[in-house]
Amino acid sequence: MPISLDEVRHVARLARLELDEAEVLALQGELNALLGHFADIQGIDARGIEPQSHAVSLQNVWAEDSPLPSMPRSEALRNSALTRAGLFVVPTIIED
Amino acid sequence: MPSYLASIGMEVHAELDTRSKMFCRCPVAFGGEPNTRVCPVCLGLPGSLPVPNRAATEMVLRTALALNCTIATNSVFHRKNYFYPDLPKGYQVSQYGETNPIGYAGWIDIPKADGSIKRVRIRRVHLEEDTGKLMHLPAGGSGVDFNRSGVPLMEIVTDFPPDIESAEEAKEYLVQLRSTLLYLGVCDGKMEEGSLRCEPNISVRPEGSAEYGTKTELKNLNSFRSVQLGVRYEIERQIAALGRGERIRQETRGWHEGREESFPMRTKEEENDYRYFPDPDLVPMAFDEAMRERARTSLPELPLAKARRYAEQSGLSAQDCALLTADQAWAEFFEQAVALGAPPKPVCNWMNSDFAKRLNEDGIGWKASKITPAHLVDLVKLIESDAISGKTAKEVFAESFESGEMPSAVVLAKGLVQISDRDQIEAAVREAIEANPASVAKYKSGQTGVAGFFVGQVMRATGGQANPGLVQEAVKAALEKV
Ligand SMILES: [Zn+2]
Repeated sequence: MPISLDEVRHVARLARLELDEAEVLALQGELNALLGHFADIQGIDARGIEPQSHAVSLQNVWAEDSPLPSMPRSEALRNSALTRAGLFVVPTIIED
Repeated sequence: MPSYLASIGMEVHAELDTRSKMFCRCPVAFGGEPNTRVCPVCLGLPGSLPVPNRAATEMVLRTALALNCTIATNSVFHRKNYFYPDLPKGYQVSQYGETNPIGYAGWIDIPKADGSIKRVRIRRVHLEEDTGKLMHLPAGGSGVDFNRSGVPLMEIVTDFPPDIESAEEAKEYLVQLRSTLLYLGVCDGKMEEGSLRCEPNISVRPEGSAEYGTKTELKNLNSFRSVQLGVRYEIERQIAALGRGERIRQETRGWHEGREESFPMRTKEEENDYRYFPDPDLVPMAFDEAMRERARTSLPELPLAKARRYAEQSGLSAQDCALLTADQAWAEFFEQAVALGAPPKPVCNWMNSDFAKRLNEDGIGWKASKITPAHLVDLVKLIESDAISGKTAKEVFAESFESGEMPSAVVLAKGLVQISDRDQIEAAVREAIEANPASVAKYKSGQTGVAGFFVGQVMRATGGQANPGLVQEAVKAALEKV
C-alpha cells in the first residue's frame, strides 16, 4: 500500500524533521520504493514459521547487578552546548 | 440527579531496589550531585550497547508471581519513541503487547472496610527504564540530570474494565501493593522520594449505564493520603460537571497538595504515536520452568496471607492483623514476642498503640529502637500477673523505650510493684477507717460517695502502689460492716 503525503508529513513531524514540499514528495517516492521490498516479502509463504523479533538466536543475556565506576562528569558534559551547575541546559520546558 | 458509579484504573511505577542501573552498571542512589552516575549507555551516546540487569529481571519475575500473573514464555524489550529532554536516546526501553510483558493477567486481593476481600485484576507487570530529571532554572532554561536515567522501573497496571470503584479502594490497593513490594524486597516504597509513583485514571458513569465515562489521569500524588483525596476530588469534580450538563475532557490533571484540588496539566504527548518496535540491541528473555520455580520458592509469605494466618491462629481482629502485617519487620516483632510466650492480644495492643506511637514520633522502625520483643513480653507478663497496673505499665514502657532497660528492672529500681496482697490492703483500709470517724459517720448517714475518699486515703498510704480494683472492693466491704 503506497504511503500518502500526509503520512510522510506525520512521520517527519514525529521525527522532528522540517521538510519542504519538494522534500516531502521526494521522500514519498523513496519510502514507497522501500516499502516495495516489504511487498516482496509479503508474497512469501511464511505459514508455520514462528515470528521472530531478532535475527540472532541469543536469549537471556544479562549483566550482574553490581555497580562499576561512572564516567567523570566533565567528560559527560563535554559535548553539551550549554551547561550550568553540573546540569545539561535545554530550552525551557513547560510543565506544571 | 442520577447516582454515579466511579471506575478507577491504577498505573504504578516502582523503582527497583537494585545496586546498578537497568542497562548499564552505573550505581543507583537517591540524590547526590547531578550527572555523576552516568555513562555512554544511560546518556544514550552513539555506539553504546545496553545489557539488561539480571537482578532487576528477577525482581519483576518474583513480583509478577506474587501478583498471580501468567509469566511470559518469551518476553522482549521494545523502544517507545518520543522526544523529551529527560529521555537521552529519543526512546524509552519498555515492554509492549498483551502477552509480552514478564507478567500478565494477574490479581491482588485487597481487604475492604467491612472485613471482606476484593479481588483487583492486574493486566500487566513489565520492566522498563526510568527517565532523567528536569528542573527549572531560575536564570532561564531547564536543567537535566541523568542520574535517574536508566534506573530499573517496574510498571504495574490494573485491568480494564476497572475493579476499583472508590477512593478508599484505590488507596487500599496501593497500600496492599506497596506492602507486597516491600515484603518482596524489590522497592523501598518511598512515595515522597518518587521511588513508588501512582497515576490513577478516573471516570464516572450514571448507574445502569453500560458505557464507561471519559477518563482523566491524575499525577503528582506522593502519599497514600493524596491518592485518596485526589481520587475522591476527581470523582466529585466529574459528577458535578456532568450534573451541570458539561462534558468531561480526556486530560491529565495534576494534584495540588496544598489546595487539595486537581488542575489540568499541559502535557508532552501531542500525539500518542510511540511507534513501538522490538529493541534490536536487546535479545529476548525466556523464562523456563526452572527459573520460574526458583522465583516461586523464593517468595515470602505475603501480607494478606500472613494477616489471615494471624487471625486464625490468635483470634485477633482483621484490623489488628492488617496493622501487624503491613510491614514485614513489624510482623516479625509480633511473631518473636508470641514465640517467647506472650499472649497475642496484649502484645498486639501494645505494639499498635504506645509502641507504634513512640516509633512514629521518632520516625524509626523497631530495630532502631531500644525495645526488643523480650522487653514487650516482660512488660505484658508484669501486667498479666498483676505485678503492675495498666497505668504504671505505660510509665514503665516509656522508661524502657528511653533507656532500653527491661521493664521488670525498671519496676524494681523504681519500686513500682503493685500491692495485690489482700491482707496488706485490708489492713490499710482498717487504718483509714479508724483515723476518719467523721467520714464513717457520713457514710452511715447515706453519703455513700465518701467511699471514694477512703480509696484515696488507702492509695496515698500505699504510695499509689495498691491494686486500685482490690482497694475499692476492700473499702466497700469494710464500710458495709462498720
Ligand atoms: Zn550508565
